[in-house]
Amino acid sequence: MTMHQKEHRVILKHADEPGYTPDIECYLKHGGYANLKKAFAMKPEEVCKEVELSGIRGRGGAGFPAGMKWKFLDRKSGKPIYLICNADESEPGTFKDRQIIHKDPHQLVEGMMISAYAIQAKLAFIYIREEMPYGAKLLQKAIEEARAKNFLGDNILGSGYSCELIVHRGAAAYICGEETGLIESIEGKRAYPRIKPPYFPAALGLYQCPTIVNNVETLCHVVHVVENGGEAYSKLGTPGNSGTRIWSLSGHVQNPGYYEIECGKATYGDLIYDIGGGLRPGRKLQALIPGGSSSKVIRGGERFQGKLRDGTPFDWGVEDIPLDFDSPMAVGSMSGSGAVVVIDDSVDIVEVLANINAFYAHESCGQCTPCREGSLWMKKITTRMCKGDARPGDADLLASIGDQIAGRTICAHGEACAWPTQSFIAKFKDKFLEKAQRNGERMGDIPLI
Amino acid sequence: MNLKPETITEIESLIPKYPQKRSAMLPILHAVQKDQGYISKEAMEWVAEKTETRPIDVYGVVSFYPFFREHPIGKHYIRLCRTLSCALSGSYNLLEAIKREFGCDLNKTSDDGLFTLEFAECLASCGSGPVMMIDDDLYERLTEEKIKQIAADYRARAAQSKA
Ligand SMILES: Cc1cc2nc3c(=O)[nH]c(=O)nc-3n(C[C@H](O)[C@H](O)[C@H](O)COP(=O)(O)O)c2cc1C
Ligand code: SF4
Ligand code: FES
Repeated sequence: MTMHQKEHRVILKHADEPGYTPDIECYLKHGGYANLKKAFAMKPEEVCKEVELSGIRGRGGAGFPAGMKWKFLDRKSGKPIYLICNADESEPGTFKDRQIIHKDPHQLVEGMMISAYAIQAKLAFIYIREEMPYGAKLLQKAIEEARAKNFLGDNILGSGYSCELIVHRGAAAYICGEETGLIESIEGKRAYPRIKPPYFPAALGLYQCPTIVNNVETLCHVVHVVENGGEAYSKLGTPGNSGTRIWSLSGHVQNPGYYEIECGKATYGDLIYDIGGGLRPGRKLQALIPGGSSSKVIRGGERFQGKLRDGTPFDWGVEDIPLDFDSPMAVGSMSGSGAVVVIDDSVDIVEVLANINAFYAHESCGQCTPCREGSLWMKKITTRMCKGDARPGDADLLASIGDQIAGRTICAHGEACAWPTQSFIAKFKDKFLEKAQRNGERMGDIPLI
Repeated sequence: MNLKPETITEIESLIPKYPQKRSAMLPILHAVQKDQGYISKEAMEWVAEKTETRPIDVYGVVSFYPFFREHPIGKHYIRLCRTLSCALSGSYNLLEAIKREFGCDLNKTSDDGLFTLEFAECLASCGSGPVMMIDDDLYERLTEEKIKQIAADYRARAAQSKA
């Protein structure tokens, strides 16, 4: 994909350049592993400090500052420390890590080895979803190439520090993206998430040892933090929302794709209408999913008023919401994994929710009754509504099921499955009621369930 | 169960990479399924020995992860993404064409044993939907035309390897 002029590519700088290949020779020619050398000339705690100064926030979903997470590591226990890269990329709508893994795997390896050194990890893992078999092969090859150059393995660059990197493949279960489920999966078990507290990975992670789990994109940023210095890097983007972010744009837009943009320097409107080429002719924005299918939906034409964290008042239409971490939160949703799904007025909104509900019902691990049963009920009810048997009480029933899940489960899959239903009913109740009035009528151009 | 010698070598080399043997569970199961096409009761017992776990632990894992299966399937595994972005770009409308061209129903294997068709959940390629995977390969921006072509290519290759 060629770069749009509103993009600011740091992570994907070379990914789409003609002739850029995923092998180490190409990466070295473009200055690769220079930052690893730079980092290894620093003390580990100095590298941690730079990451903290950069303010870089997690790109996997929760947006937690990476430097702060690293600080929470339990170093007193004396237990070995592990580093895990979350390459499960499975939140519907998200396809950014795929680009990094397939086009620039060495950037991830470099970011991981710098991070491993910084936190003094004994061993590092990349947990990659099963559905990226070539990605796993490319990463394995990259690791072997890097080992041959002594960028990982024993006594890296003569520093006395050693660390191996293992590529670990999943087996098509979404819940492995949840960090404690992921850890159980590496332990060779069912991916049943663990309850927090006490199982915060930084204290009790893999093998009950302190563990850092970070997303692919987050770990790549570490390379550029070392290159520029944390302070300088934090100037990219806006305060509290530093760096660039790769947005995955899909659904009803002319130019779906991945776009790397400086945080806070463009809006959802820019992404959809300018960068994304806008909607199809004659179509209107019906709904916007701002950060992966679990993020709360926004209705086309909504207006948002309120105050930002620093007290500045805002008055935004959907198109005015800045693309960063805090703004989608300020309007009651989240930027999540950076997956923006655009839904125009050609489809039936009840079918959209039924499609989403089918996903979460399929992916609940089944440990907690509210999530296991609730996700299934929400799926059954919305599917029934789409099969010609919608009832006037369905909207309230759905909302009440959602309300009984969120906040009552072991992991955030509970929220992830409840938020779509809760928000679709809150924002589109009229459409859900209308559905019951028009049973048997096809209300969208194409089926979604 | 007769694992190929290279599968056994691969498995033996996997185990010492991990701090604990049980961590090699998923990679071993991947290797076994690649070799055998599925994971039999006998294989689970063997994997239990290798990972120093009980057969029920292995079964617990196999039955949890959608990719692991306990029964053989067709020669090629087709997965059509049905999740939101692909659905918005028409994946459900392509289901009929896929069934027709590959000659199999959803969650079934074609009579010639060549294809098994299932729905997949989001394959992390939502910007180029509708997408499907056949074995390790990803097919993007699917249309009826493309599906016809892909099915014809697979059939031609199958006929060739038979001859
Ligand atoms: C149900 C669920 C699924 C998740 N899936 C992913 C995923 O596919 N990739 C990812 O990086 N993080 C995912 N996360 C977030 C992780 O738990 C974790 O917060 C993240 O990997 C931390 O990395 P970061 O701080 O760099 O973002 C998921 C969380 C939940 C609750
Ligand atoms: S909330 Fe759902 S996915 Fe998470 S642990 Fe409970 S049942 Fe499993
Ligand atoms: S929705 Fe089909 S690949 Fe994501």
